[in-house]
Amino acid sequence: MPITEKEVREIAQLARISIADKDMSSYEDQLNKILAFVDEMKAIETEGIIPLAHPLEETQKLRNDKVSEKNQRESYQSVAPTTENGLYLVPQVIE
Amino acid sequence: MSWEIVIGLEVHAQLATSSKIFSGSSTEYGAKANTQASAVDLALPGVLPVLNKRVLDLAIMLGLAIDGEIASESIFSRKNYFYPDSPKGYQISQYDKPIISKGQLKFVNNGEEKMINITRAHLEEDAGKSLHGEFERSTAIDLNRSGTPLLEIVSEPELRSAQDAVLYLKELHCLVRTLGICDGNMQEGSFRCDANVSVRKSEDPELGTRTEVKNLNSFRFVEKAINYEAARQIRVIEEGGTIKQETRLYDPEKNETRTMRSKEDAHDYRYFPDPDLLPITITAEHITRIAKDLPETPWNKRLRYLKDYGVSSEDAEILANSPETSVYFEACMKKSTLSPKLVANWIIGELSALINKSSVTISKSPIVPERLVSILKRIEDATISGKTAKHLLGVMWNSRSSADQIIAHEGLSQVSDNEFLEKVITQTFTDFPSQVQEYKAGKLKILGFLVGHVMKKTKGKANPAMVKVLMEKHLRQSI
Amino acid sequence: MNLPNSVTKIIQGLEDGTFSSQELTEAYLNRIDNLDPEINSFITVCHERALLDAKNADKSRSNGSASKLTGVPYANKDIFCTKGVRTTSGSKMLDTFISPYDATIVERLGSQGMVMLGKTNMDEFAMGSSNETSFYGQVNNPWNTNCVPGGSSGGSAAAVSAGFTPLATGSDTGGSIRQPAAFCGISGLKPTYGRVSRYGMIAFASSLDQAGPMGRSVEDLAHLLSPMAGYDPKDSTSSMVKTDDYSGNLEDALKGKTIGLPKEYFSTSLDRQVEGVIEEAIKEFEKLGANIVEISLPTTSLSIPAYYVISSAECSSNLSRYDGVRYGHRCELPIDIEDLYKRTRSEGFGEEVKRRLLTGTYVLSSGYYDAYYRKAQQIRRLIKDDFANAFTQVDAVISPTAPTTAFEAGKHLDNPIEMYLGDCFTVASNLAGLPALSIPAGFVSGMPVGLQLIGSYFQESKLLTLGHMFQKSTNWHQHFSRDDSKGAQ
Repeated sequence: MPITEKEVREIAQLARISIADKDMSSYEDQLNKILAFVDEMKAIETEGIIPLAHPLEETQKLRNDKVSEKNQRESYQSVAPTTENGLYLVPQVIE
Repeated sequence: MSWEIVIGLEVHAQLATSSKIFSGSSTEYGAKANTQASAVDLALPGVLPVLNKRVLDLAIMLGLAIDGEIASESIFSRKNYFYPDSPKGYQISQYDKPIISKGQLKFVNNGEEKMINITRAHLEEDAGKSLHGEFERSTAIDLNRSGTPLLEIVSEPELRSAQDAVLYLKELHCLVRTLGICDGNMQEGSFRCDANVSVRKSEDPELGTRTEVKNLNSFRFVEKAINYEAARQIRVIEEGGTIKQETRLYDPEKNETRTMRSKEDAHDYRYFPDPDLLPITITAEHITRIAKDLPETPWNKRLRYLKDYGVSSEDAEILANSPETSVYFEACMKKSTLSPKLVANWIIGELSALINKSSVTISKSPIVPERLVSILKRIEDATISGKTAKHLLGVMWNSRSSADQIIAHEGLSQVSDNEFLEKVITQTFTDFPSQVQEYKAGKLKILGFLVGHVMKKTKGKANPAMVKVLMEKHLRQSI
Repeated sequence: MNLPNSVTKIIQGLEDGTFSSQELTEAYLNRIDNLDPEINSFITVCHERALLDAKNADKSRSNGSASKLTGVPYANKDIFCTKGVRTTSGSKMLDTFISPYDATIVERLGSQGMVMLGKTNMDEFAMGSSNETSFYGQVNNPWNTNCVPGGSSGGSAAAVSAGFTPLATGSDTGGSIRQPAAFCGISGLKPTYGRVSRYGMIAFASSLDQAGPMGRSVEDLAHLLSPMAGYDPKDSTSSMVKTDDYSGNLEDALKGKTIGLPKEYFSTSLDRQVEGVIEEAIKEFEKLGANIVEISLPTTSLSIPAYYVISSAECSSNLSRYDGVRYGHRCELPIDIEDLYKRTRSEGFGEEVKRRLLTGTYVLSSGYYDAYYRKAQQIRRLIKDDFANAFTQVDAVISPTAPTTAFEAGKHLDNPIEMYLGDCFTVASNLAGLPALSIPAGFVSGMPVGLQLIGSYFQESKLLTLGHMFQKSTNWHQHFSRDDSKGAQ
């Protein structure tokens, strides 16, 4: 089932990407081609196969509960677009 | 047909670690903005999370204490959503394989024991803090809290009143503090709660549409918010409306809930296993190791206090509910053969009063258990009266001297020298001959008057029980 | 000076004092300045820093504290964070990003005393197979500047091929080291997933990304792999399996080694002339004593769809951090938070990246997860099982690296799927996490052809030995796209 323009808009909203109206049909078209292509996966029966999330089936490595980081605010905020008094600023958010 | 309120609680308990769940930043509260936000917490390009070992131990402790299942393999997933205090654009959480599932928690409401099923408890990272209103037209972001370890403890929707919800929450609060896995500080946000609230007609087998109420940072707010929200839903339905599934924010100043705009379109979180983190495995040996040092739950402690010490159920609750108080109480009992009731009374009464007045906690009180015991021993052996003991406690709070030193120095000892007492008693009989006659004629109650006079003469230092005994002996002899 | 044509000769020259690291570094920098305008393989060239590092390297040489690689110049793909140096990942989004920290491998190579010449061009966020999606312009193939160098590590491959650097780092998510190595006629290794730390390597698809070395010969790769490889406590997906002495074990007879030829790889999409080159190479291996057997990897045809689902899903989440709040591009005067996000991301990301973000968001969204993401992960297991099965019979699997030689720029720009299909031989080893090597095996119409060898987990040494023995008896890796004696003055 092809993806509709409405769905493309919904996905774009989830991904926080704006698509200009003039580009909409080309995105819709390309996404449909890509999805049709990946739909080839349906050709194979995978019932009962455990999904593989990670190539090496190892277990999580852990670190000790130790504070190892020092304050580097100045360095980290030197690349920030907008800060004030050590805080990052964004347009007002209404909760 | 009456309305029934259905409540499920999601509690976020901040785990008591020194460093964050996936980075080596400090979790200490109150630091200057963004000074505890490392490259990992800021989600700089290229950084990766590494799991803090301690959070597993703490989660296992809760799992054991609620008799839950501890997953031998659990996984971290990404919960994707955009919000300025979520620096990665996703939160690392657990989704289909949480570390703990299927536990229970018991509490008592008005003498009735209730048990609530806990669906799951999963590990996740906290978000940062958004500060609204500090700057004009801007929201300011502090990421110090970003990456703080949380255990989200989710109950089944089995609570049926705001009061039950608060009691469940208090029991859980008490449990995590007793286990030492969370400091429980609600003001600092270490123990937070969201409530899923719905209403239905009592006989309706289906649950109503629920709303999630956020920002409940005190027990009082939990109760008020649930009551408000349930009443709102009933009103909406009775007016012919329907309930929308949504997230609502509780406003304690107005005592109302309102729709959270920032959550309006956040329904598709696109969870998937976090490829930066491999599955967590927990072995039976690991669980055994944790179980060996697991503190007693408050529930079991209360039962033990009732059974072993014979204290009242009210006292058992007060003593067991605070881990510090119960440690204090048990230290007193270990160091003496005092009556547990006496010890309990003094801890709950006079000592607590002093502690409440000052800003220390019982574990930091200048009256350490040994010192309280030394006071109470002097009550039991009748050296001092309860009233004097109260005075002595106050003196000792500000002094390093021992109880006996102060008793000797201030002459607090009750007079128990029989010879001196007998003199006072004989003199009293001489001074009040008619009262003596009345007693002999059978008006035994008059003895109280005579004992009172002796107490007055000795300025209260005599032991009234002993005075009474001596007087009775004399009066009987002279009949 | 005449630039030495191998890392081994560079190490020799530095040890003998034939030249200093400063002279060498200056020569490479000159060559970049003179010849790179035609190729565009670097995004950033670090003249001052490189010369300073070279000076320090010479000091270490003279006071005896040097290691083997001290003073050897190299280049980093611009996907690796370099402290104090702009790190863009080929994107406008990070055009202003000066990394406040070093990637683990950058730190490790730096502590060896290696000299970073600069940061190489790449497809934006490593999403591409032609280096045409870079915000910093396409890279031109040094063999024919009308052709692409491959991607996403196209800048690294072109720079090594053109003799701008003896070594370069690359990253490989679906073939991004091997395919450009093949297109530019150099050698490149994608190690086992977890062999090299990912910390500080800007993520594209976390369960597939792996850093690796690129150089002219297998011997050169071995030099660079040794300090790159090994467990990193900052990357919990990095492996604790012991590393090997990669340079020390290159020489070994191929007699008794078995190489598998997957019948599914020699299908219709493969260019006949490329196939011919590979057949010759296979004969060479037989001549060296290897035993060639036909094997089957039945799930091969589904590897590209599965790869695109998984890599798009992971990237859609990995790239959510680019929101204009803490670093990187931020749109002008956002009116509210939604505007900040949407305009920042729409302006900062290029078309290919946006396409993949949308695809990835879609396949993870509610109602589609099972049909796409879960299904792809199941196929991923089948692919892994295919290889596990093959490695019970063979030491390595052989194939072309890419179905064609480097194509002309612009050829696939309008058809992303055509471009994706070019990765048909490389993506499977990323899905399975296996190490894979690409080495030059010949030419078709003057353009280099790459040969791929896939090994079992942590068998990098075995792959390097196979490649090295091949290179000892052939000279394809000694055909250079640019004369090493020019432009260094």
